Amino acid sequence: MAETPSGLGALYERSLDCVHCGLCLSSCPTYVETGREASSPRGRIYLARGVAEGRISLGGVASEEFYACLGCRACETACPSGVRYGELLEEARAAVEREDARTGPARGIEWFALRRIVPHPVVLRAFVNLLGLAQRLRLDRLALPFLPAALRERHRLLPSVPSRLERRPLPPRIRAEGEPRGRVALLEGCVMPEFFGATNRATARVLARNGYDVVVPEAQGCCGALQAHAGDADTARSLLDRNCRAFLDAEVDAVVVNSAGCGAHLRGAGHWLPGEGDDLAERVRDIAEFLVEAGFRAPTGRIEARVCYDDPCHLLHGQGVKDAPRRLLESIPGVELIEHADAAACCGAAGIYNLTHPEMSQAVLARKLDALSAADPDIIATGNPGCLMQLAKGAAERGLRARVVHPIELLEEAYR
Amino acid sequence: MSGLVDALTAIVGAEGCLSRADEVFPYECDGLSLHAATPGAVVFPRDTSDVVRIVRACAEHGRSFVPRGAGTGLSGGALACDEAVVIECSRMNRVLEVNPEARWARVQPGLVNADLSRAVATHGLFYAPDPSSQLACTIGGNVAENSGGPHTLKYGTTTDHVLGLELVLSSGEVVRLGSACGVAPGYDLVGAVVGSEGTLGVVTEVTVNLEPIPEAIATLLGIFGDVVSACRAVGEIIRSGLVPAALEIMDRRTIEAVEASVYAAGLPRDAGAVLLIELDGPPPALERQRERIRAIAMAQGASRVDVARDADERERFWAARKGAFGAMGRLGPDLYVHDAVVPRAKLPEVIARVCEIGDRYGLKLSNVFHAGDGNLHPNISFDRRNPDELDRVLAAGDEILRTCVDAGGVITGEHGVGTEKRDFMELIFSEADFGAMKRLRRAFDPEQRSNPGKIFPSTRFCTEANPKARGYDRVPLREGEP
Repeated sequence: MAETPSGLGALYERSLDCVHCGLCLSSCPTYVETGREASSPRGRIYLARGVAEGRISLGGVASEEFYACLGCRACETACPSGVRYGELLEEARAAVEREDARTGPARGIEWFALRRIVPHPVVLRAFVNLLGLAQRLRLDRLALPFLPAALRERHRLLPSVPSRLERRPLPPRIRAEGEPRGRVALLEGCVMPEFFGATNRATARVLARNGYDVVVPEAQGCCGALQAHAGDADTARSLLDRNCRAFLDAEVDAVVVNSAGCGAHLRGAGHWLPGEGDDLAERVRDIAEFLVEAGFRAPTGRIEARVCYDDPCHLLHGQGVKDAPRRLLESIPGVELIEHADAAACCGAAGIYNLTHPEMSQAVLARKLDALSAADPDIIATGNPGCLMQLAKGAAERGLRARVVHPIELLEEAYR
Repeated sequence: MSGLVDALTAIVGAEGCLSRADEVFPYECDGLSLHAATPGAVVFPRDTSDVVRIVRACAEHGRSFVPRGAGTGLSGGALACDEAVVIECSRMNRVLEVNPEARWARVQPGLVNADLSRAVATHGLFYAPDPSSQLACTIGGNVAENSGGPHTLKYGTTTDHVLGLELVLSSGEVVRLGSACGVAPGYDLVGAVVGSEGTLGVVTEVTVNLEPIPEAIATLLGIFGDVVSACRAVGEIIRSGLVPAALEIMDRRTIEAVEASVYAAGLPRDAGAVLLIELDGPPPALERQRERIRAIAMAQGASRVDVARDADERERFWAARKGAFGAMGRLGPDLYVHDAVVPRAKLPEVIARVCEIGDRYGLKLSNVFHAGDGNLHPNISFDRRNPDELDRVLAAGDEILRTCVDAGGVITGEHGVGTEKRDFMELIFSEADFGAMKRLRRAFDPEQRSNPGKIFPSTRFCTEANPKARGYDRVPLREGEP
């Protein structure tokens, strides 16, 4: 009998919410891909229960599977029993980290990226500068033949760095156009300003256009979602604490987020920081949801295009937002919104899963690209940085003609 | 074991064969998690020839094997007794051929039930048997258990839809039974295999007939003050000569659980029971039938009868019905899903008895069932860590089954016998009956290595399938932990 690691009480209690009905199986990308029970939500919950009961060890299959999960939470949308799988997964991973029960290169990548780079704006900026320089000088390509095969494959997945102009930060305040309807704060994010500065500016402009004073609190930072997902509870909690103070001090009607992963995490802030976290969570709104709830100005500019909207998992399954982004897109004159067969499934980006588990990530992406290829849109719209990068790379490599954008950029374009 | 694992690995590759203790751990149970048995290994074949080689390897090593689909079965049918090798069919999930004119499809056993209907929808066809777990369960598993579903009332169970089968016997021989044209001379061996729970061999291909998607569908929701009056309405509807596609009842506890879940459909939480009625056919006929059913339901005490306004609402009603089992997880950590059939005329009195039994044992018992077929599903929510409660659950279950048999019913409608009900088989069959069944089984599987330990009353004490012997009352947490 394996030794039971300490601190698994909460994990055990959560696992009891599952009655083993199996309705989650077909919603799970890794189960659909492998057909393995252990790679399904029900199987992973059973593994967690087995570990907590001391029947199997935390190392081996249990820890492998906790990390092989994309964390897309599609199973939560399918689960009649109300298992909060996302939280269960984070607790399971935190147990693995505490017990140091994981080995392999994925752990090194995560540790380096999520503790040393992403949470520190200066380091992140320097890293992106370096990556950008290497890409411009094509040094990265020159170095390729000398890299080990595993790194070569992962290099391919790194996004291209936009120009410095694109990467300039948002001003601390953007004034409402006309009479202000309210005051909102915008989460700038960690990766967003480095790779999707244009999206951040579009978001601020659309809010201003709709009569909102926008503040961008300087004290904010990385939300800590990726660290929480990876089981790094301490870093996650301290990042969340910083953001709680930054946004609660800003005294705003809402904290608007344009990155689905960050939004889902901030909405669960109460789980990490009861009290303050709950106060923050209740103010968090996805940009599309906020605009649709508040009522937004109908755009008049035309965009003649067939548009496929692809649901980010942490918007659809994590925040239950399905219709709002579609409503924004449909409001644009000339846009024909077409559904594709795989919109609700994960694209395989899943934070930095595409770097830690490239094979599974690519297999999951392939299904999505099959569906998009069949729908043949002019534009693919999705509201999360990881998904935007993954779909842009995937679409380009598959030879799809569609460009990949955030829905808010299309709306902003139609406002011009 | 290691010799067999080497042989299996040579067939399906290292990635397709699991044998380490923690690898096979999640396969120790299916949808009935009270029963568990650890498999010797789990293999993932891709096609019939893989299955043949796997079965032969098992024969050479004198090892039993168990075919498995999605593991959503509720009677322990996929339990690996005797450290059997689990033949997991999840990767044999292709639609091999569709003949839209003759309305049949030939599929692999690991195909998910709902995926079949999705795949043939472009031809205007669907696969009728629709178990509540249809989003996950597989056609192979449906064949093994002769699965039903809400629409069984009009369309019949799996056995009414299987035209032909390819079966790998425990010797490794491949036999083809039945035919796609629906007529096969001689013995109806397809009929013997459907519902045989994997004890006659491994089904590797299934030819099923498909139904045309109905011209129109009307879904009604009758709101009742109690379950018994809803049952009476069901009796009256059938007596009137109408043949609805489905007649389903959910009681108050079920409604509360579902309405608290992601499958909430706006069912009235203050109702004692709802009766979900589905009609399908040409629109003018539906119009008339709808009014007749409304009149019958009102006469039996319905406070009102709602009609689903559109396809969205209809789908929500059905999602609520089909998510009901899982939603019961909100009432307790464990769920015991019972399955028994009684003559329709006895429904009102039996359901009253069932509720009385649940109350007498102090259990959280809820009912969601295929009322039109007299197929009951009393569900008991409980916590297995409480040994006294577990005792009461098992005793109540025993009494419920005996009540159904006394009313002229049988011990399972669609979940199968598995390990769960094998000791109840004696309530309905004689020694002579078992003798005939066992001889049939030996004709296919002389050494009884295909899914051992199922269907027939156990002669040996099987600790694996005895929930009391597994120490569920053991509290696994260290002292001082929450």
